[in-house]
Amino acid sequence: MNLHNVSWVRQEMVLPSARPAGQGGPREWMRKNLFDGWLSTLLTVASVTAIAWLIVAIAPWLGNSIWKANSLAECRQLLDGAPGACWGVIRDRWPQLLFGFYPADLYWRPVLAFALLLAALAPVLFRALPSRTLWFSAVYPGLAGWLIWGGSLWFPVAVYLGFAVAAGLFASTARASQGLGLSVAGLGAALWWVYAAQPFSSAANAVIPIVLEAVPSREIGGFLLSIIIGVTGIATSLPLGILLALGRRSGLPLIYMLSVVFIEFIRGVPLITLLFTASLLLNYFLPPGTNFDLILRVVIMVTLFASAYMAEVIRGGLAGLPCGQYEAAEALGLDYWKAQRLIILPQALKISIPGIVNTFIGLFKDTTLVMFIGLLDPIALAAAIRANTEWQGIYWELFIFIGAVFFIFCFGMSRYSMYLERRLKTDHR
Amino acid sequence: MSKTLRGLSPENRRGLSETAVEITSMNKWYGDFHALRDINLTVRRGERIVICGPSGSGKSTMIRCINRLEEHQSGKIVVDGIELTSDLKKIEEVRREVGMVFQHFNLFPHLTILENCTLAPIWVRKVPERQAKEIAMHFLEKVRIPDQAHKYPGQLSGGQQQRVAIARSLCMKPRIMLFDEPTSALDPEMIKEVLDTMIALADEGMTMLCVTHEMGFAQAVADRVIFMDQGQIVEQNEPRAFFSAPRSERTRTFLGQILGH
Ligand SMILES: Nc1ncnc2c1ncn2[C@@H]1O[C@H](COP(=O)(O)OP(=O)(O)O)[C@@H](O)[C@H]1O
Ligand SMILES: [Mg+2]
Repeated sequence: MNLHNVSWVRQEMVLPSARPAGQGGPREWMRKNLFDGWLSTLLTVASVTAIAWLIVAIAPWLGNSIWKANSLAECRQLLDGAPGACWGVIRDRWPQLLFGFYPADLYWRPVLAFALLLAALAPVLFRALPSRTLWFSAVYPGLAGWLIWGGSLWFPVAVYLGFAVAAGLFASTARASQGLGLSVAGLGAALWWVYAAQPFSSAANAVIPIVLEAVPSREIGGFLLSIIIGVTGIATSLPLGILLALGRRSGLPLIYMLSVVFIEFIRGVPLITLLFTASLLLNYFLPPGTNFDLILRVVIMVTLFASAYMAEVIRGGLAGLPCGQYEAAEALGLDYWKAQRLIILPQALKISIPGIVNTFIGLFKDTTLVMFIGLLDPIALAAAIRANTEWQGIYWELFIFIGAVFFIFCFGMSRYSMYLERRLKTDHR
Repeated sequence: MSKTLRGLSPENRRGLSETAVEITSMNKWYGDFHALRDINLTVRRGERIVICGPSGSGKSTMIRCINRLEEHQSGKIVVDGIELTSDLKKIEEVRREVGMVFQHFNLFPHLTILENCTLAPIWVRKVPERQAKEIAMHFLEKVRIPDQAHKYPGQLSGGQQQRVAIARSLCMKPRIMLFDEPTSALDPEMIKEVLDTMIALADEGMTMLCVTHEMGFAQAVADRVIFMDQGQIVEQNEPRAFFSAPRSERTRTFLGQILGH
């Protein structure tokens, strides 16, 4: 092109052509990613050495695994001085690690509850299933509680009737005012649970007895306990966290204050303190003679603890939404709750998924803290097993096993959150 | 007037009322900042009003007071026979009858175009889902994007999104439409498609209040042009007189700036 001539016109258009063949190949890849300069080469060599050293150190120990032994002494005898992992302890104490001191002839009950848990979770987790299966997810908590703790089936039924009472009261009073309806419904349900639930279930049981052998809470332990606390905590801390987050953004001063005080108080106190409160102090405050289940108390504390964190995570998501979304919802005539449910929360929760799952994983791992108040979670059982003469001195095998199980659960949650993020991605940015 | 009409059912009340919006001596402050000063405005049913004025003159604030996205501190606003007070029921009643289109569309990105359009009819007007879908498709055809119904807003161009936003408002069968600079965020080649949609709407007799600087649109459809400055209505007139013989100095300067070069 002539420099002095600014006028120029293209004679023919350039057609798209194929991209030149890659300069790839494994050799090229290695040079680019592993040996690109002396620093990179040094790091590569160091990493490979470290991995090799680890493998050399652990491989014989893992390779000599003993699966069948009834005591550490027997295990050592079989190994005959060589290093080796003694997984016999897992095999020997398997039921205990899973169920604690749950009566052996009743193992089918928690197992059935766990299987049903999967069925109850599926429609919640995966949209592919018809939403009509959701009714089972709603019934599941009562059913699982009955299976695990036993007693009369009428007791969970009475608890559920409390919700029915609340719904009925709300429907009949909400027309006057939603606030009034909510208060009346809450009060009615509370009165029902405190005064009517017990007599109702005894009376119903007298007519049609449907009873499973009762199992006291102190016999429940192991991964069963972790899963009970973890799943209940996860399932209840999310809605509670949502309410707290909305409360913290509320324009009503009382609700705002309550939410802030609750969140800041709970976040400022270590979980272990709350657990000690649950196990010791509550006894002083509750009227004497009340029998308030220890696991239930712990679940409540763990839930409250997680919900404070959850609230802050969700508040971040709410703050991340452009205010145009609120305005558009309002301009269409949606009231506060409908706008939140249909427009704001679906988007805010989507943004918050990584933080929410983070809190879930934290909660699940924190369930191991209950050992400090005398509940028999897997870690506490490991300590008990190691105190036993047969397995005195065993160490790595138990903790590796417990760690692996926790890892599977937590990794599963993490993968699920990634799946969910992908499924909900509609912004096409 | 509203006192004598209060006893009537909404249908009768609306049948009688020839006034769509009546604003009397309305003032609004943001903190200590006097954003709207002594606004008086009566909009007849079916009237099309264009509001213009320099940035920060209170145009958005004024039309947002009409559906109570902003709260006024003194004076009176009566929309469709309902006075706006802090009564939530009344506010929601007004919002059902008043559609609004925003500068940045504000479509719901997690819902498809069709769901965006059916949401309010289903949840606010309690229209059965099937019927809501029919209504939505009807209005999407009207704004000429029925084939995009199952896409998400993020997959549409700005002009298409704004037309969806108009359709979404129309699905509520509003009696009044508010537009807040509906074309300001659009590329030039998309402005026309949105304006055409608005002109079609005006031709059907919709009561419209549009904040816009599209003077061609004002000349084509407006019954009245309002010029605002410093939170006040400075001048209003029918469009031809407004553009050919503006009476206030401020209006002349403003028109000179946007039409001049
Ligand atoms: N939420 C708010 N808080 C404080 N001041 C505001 C707020 N919204 C608008 N204003 C002020 O009110 C005046 C009018 O704003 P606006 O109605 O948005 O003007 P316009 O739409 O005419 O450009 C501006 O000076 C603006 O800074
Ligand atoms: Mg504006």
